[in-house]
Amino acid sequence: MTAALHAPHIDYAGLSPLLALSGGVCVTLLLGLARGPGTRMLVTASALLTLAAATTLAAWQFGENKSLVEGALRADDLALSLDFVFYAAAACALILSLRDPGTSHASLGDYSALLLTSVTGMTVLAGATNLVTLFLGIELLSIPLYVMCAVDLHRRTSLESGLKYLVIGSVGSATLLYGLAFIYGATGSTDFGPIAHAVGRSGIAHDPLLLTGIALAAAGLAFKASVAPFHQWTPDVYQGAPTPVTAFMAVATKAAAFAIILRFFDVAIHPAKGDWDVALAALAVASIAIGNIGAIGQDSMKRLLAYSGVAQAGYMLAGVVVGTSLGLKSVVFYLFVYLLMNVAAFAVVIARERETVLGDDIEAVRGIGASRPALAWPLTISMLALAGFPGTAGFIGKFFLIEATVQGDFTWLGVVIVIGSMLSLAYYLRVVAAVWMQPGAEPVRATPVMAGGSAEASPTGPRAGGVQLEVVAIAVIAAAAVVAFGIIPSPLLDVASDAARAVFG
Amino acid sequence: MLSILIFLPLAGGIAAALWPGSGEHGGRRAGYVSLLFAMTTLGFAIGLILDFDAGFGGISNVTGLQHVTDVNWIPQLGIHYKIGVDGLSLFMIALTTLLWAGATAWSSFREWPKARNYYLMLALGETAVLGAFCAQDLALFVLFFDLMLVPFYFLIGIWGGERRVEATTKFVIYTLVGSFLMLAGAVATGILSAHGGHVSFVLSDLRAHPLSKGTQEWIFLFFAAAFLVKMPAFPLHGWLPDAYRAAPTPVLVVLSGVLSKVGAYGFLRIALPIYPDAAVQFQELLLVIALVSILYGSVMAFSQNSATLVVAYSSIAQLGFITLGIFSLRPEGAQGAILQMVNHGLVVAPLFFIIALLAARAGGTDDLRRMGGLAFRAPVLAALFLIVALATLAMPGSANFAAEFLILNGVLKAKIVYAIVAGAGVVFAAVYMIRLFQRSMHNPLARGAESRDMTLTDGVVLVPVVLVILALALYPQFVLHRSQNAINTSLPREILIIR
Repeated sequence: MTAALHAPHIDYAGLSPLLALSGGVCVTLLLGLARGPGTRMLVTASALLTLAAATTLAAWQFGENKSLVEGALRADDLALSLDFVFYAAAACALILSLRDPGTSHASLGDYSALLLTSVTGMTVLAGATNLVTLFLGIELLSIPLYVMCAVDLHRRTSLESGLKYLVIGSVGSATLLYGLAFIYGATGSTDFGPIAHAVGRSGIAHDPLLLTGIALAAAGLAFKASVAPFHQWTPDVYQGAPTPVTAFMAVATKAAAFAIILRFFDVAIHPAKGDWDVALAALAVASIAIGNIGAIGQDSMKRLLAYSGVAQAGYMLAGVVVGTSLGLKSVVFYLFVYLLMNVAAFAVVIARERETVLGDDIEAVRGIGASRPALAWPLTISMLALAGFPGTAGFIGKFFLIEATVQGDFTWLGVVIVIGSMLSLAYYLRVVAAVWMQPGAEPVRATPVMAGGSAEASPTGPRAGGVQLEVVAIAVIAAAAVVAFGIIPSPLLDVASDAARAVFG
Repeated sequence: MLSILIFLPLAGGIAAALWPGSGEHGGRRAGYVSLLFAMTTLGFAIGLILDFDAGFGGISNVTGLQHVTDVNWIPQLGIHYKIGVDGLSLFMIALTTLLWAGATAWSSFREWPKARNYYLMLALGETAVLGAFCAQDLALFVLFFDLMLVPFYFLIGIWGGERRVEATTKFVIYTLVGSFLMLAGAVATGILSAHGGHVSFVLSDLRAHPLSKGTQEWIFLFFAAAFLVKMPAFPLHGWLPDAYRAAPTPVLVVLSGVLSKVGAYGFLRIALPIYPDAAVQFQELLLVIALVSILYGSVMAFSQNSATLVVAYSSIAQLGFITLGIFSLRPEGAQGAILQMVNHGLVVAPLFFIIALLAARAGGTDDLRRMGGLAFRAPVLAALFLIVALATLAMPGSANFAAEFLILNGVLKAKIVYAIVAGAGVVFAAVYMIRLFQRSMHNPLARGAESRDMTLTDGVVLVPVVLVILALALYPQFVLHRSQNAINTSLPREILIIR
């Protein structure tokens, strides 16, 4: 009897984005050891190059749709299209951190390397088709984020934010792991394929073990996606973390969480859709309601965007609930749009944080319509797009989601989205009104109290320090893209269609 | 070709926003650039009317659409960029371009802070309205319909009078609540009427595959809510007094003259043809709303001291008449409604301009108690005002008279009781318009009020509009003939003939 041990076939091409990222982490970390005036630029450039390489490789692999590592990972269009979101968000976060007083305390290579590690975790997560890779991906993305939140050592809120995220994130992970163990126990497999088979055979309603497992796993994933009622950490952590980190978390973490939510619900347990769709719809409604109501009356822009993110997660969850190809398409499309809208908003918040002493308070953007049109327009476009005004990609995104709910026999959920959008006007328009319709605050440029008085806070003197071109550029580009894709959404829709085809055939 | 018409104003707005020149001078120039584009658009629209095939004899093409552009815009969503013009939209387009040209001209003779943004927003508004009137795809219509809000939100909120931010917030929240409901309804219409997995929002496709009656009913109510808020009609008019008081005059002119018509137009273009069963089902409800709007608007108009609000509430009453005509579900009523839509736009614009002139002479207030005694010292202004006022109260011989006659005729044939009550509204109109004219023109000159006639530049804006009123009074058939065919093809046959 010859027990030949076959070495597993490794598809290096399919893994190439992951390999590029892992290599980039090491290189970036090592480059950070160099001491010199240009190290910061060098490290950032290395990290950006890594992301560019990963993006190129992902684009190269697009359309291949293959399984890797014995079915533990898939490099399909769903994973790859969302990889683009992660990479873009990470690149923006890197550029926004370039002159950030908060993140400059971290030793130079660490911050960028942590960011890349987190992106690696997201890439794993988006492709996960196995419970083990799922968990691996989630931890790999979360642990660097705990550190990145607390990276601003001189500010208590940043430390508090990191600790809070660590504790709550761990609870979320533990819940998820517990649930995954139950699912394994009930179905006897960790691969999504056999799980789908087992679920399809018996349903989940009659099997308490499986039902508990799925409920716990869903709760764990809801923590990560900040879906109500598991969202409580979001406003505090968002507010405390350095703003570029917040921007990255708001966009990339949410996209990663939705990547796995899509794959978990729409692939692994899709055959028992009738058993979970109403429960998930309830979560969506709760998110829409709590997010939109919570955001009203927030004076901190970051908290406002955090609650808005909870509400937007609810909208996207509606696309998951219907469990159709159209639903998946609409969620992927919305994630693209969500990236652009939030990056624009956060870039403006960051710019104003550095220009004034008002931090992320809504006061900081008051009257910038007259004084800073290059920031006022992106913020306005972002807010209108988040509210779903036509002419922006946000409108197409909402249209698409509603279309998916109606087609999936969840018309009432579409109406809930609409009602949520109405509520959201109260706070989005408040920002727009502050920008355009109120007299501006005095342009104060003093030592940034919030940032702890770092020497690098104003590298080019007070006046020029007021205008950080790279931040403004990101805001303008993201906002322009929001408008452009609002008029010509077809390119993004094509990518989203490919993603849906990879899953539903 | 229609696309040029739609996007020409926006191009002008962008040109004005980017035109070189700084400070006050630059603002002026931006105004003239914008005016040039607005006039070109108006010329384009006149060309459209002259070129329009009225289809006498009634056996021209079936849909009656002309200058159609149909591009498969977002194939993944089934949204077409389909635009066209027919007898329903032709005069709406003309009215829009005329009033916008007037508003832009009025603006460009005055100074505005942040003028570049102002003209950009004004132009964006025109593009959105023209788009809504031309759209032949439900999703496209919704898009333009909602897009209108953005510029008006800023126009009132930035350049408005006192309490402008509250006013504009209220305005946008009211209208967007309706719009979002409409969005949900529109998506549902497209998906539910899909045949063979092929989703389409093109209006003619939607008409060819009507929804079941139950579905029609809730979607119709969503659309009705959006349109009634926009008009506004009685229970949904809460935004009107604040927004009208806060809006700067040129914005007020287009808001009242054109935007309110988009709602009424929406009934004719969308609600009746696509949800015919529901329209019959809710006919009584809409007639009651129309009637209450007429009575409420008239009573409120009579009791206001602010001249702006007199006209504002009279608008509610006039729009009530239009709704009444539409929901008589009779060809005469619908025709009267179209004519009245044009008429109302034409009279309300000069009314608001004149009120602004009067307010300037009364120390900046539009309070009727502070005005008066202008008739002899400002004869030209007074004469124009008289013509407009008489048209508004539907003096026999005016086009408004013809329109209201047609509307009442239609209602009389459909539901006689409503016609009798509505007849009272005609009388009320005379009462509040005469009060407005008398208080501002004939009372003894109020203390502190100046009395001088209007300037040449004011005349340039006012006189052409008044001339159009006179022309229509002499020859209302011009509108009626061109809309007749469209009414017969646009309105569902089962509604018009069975009853």
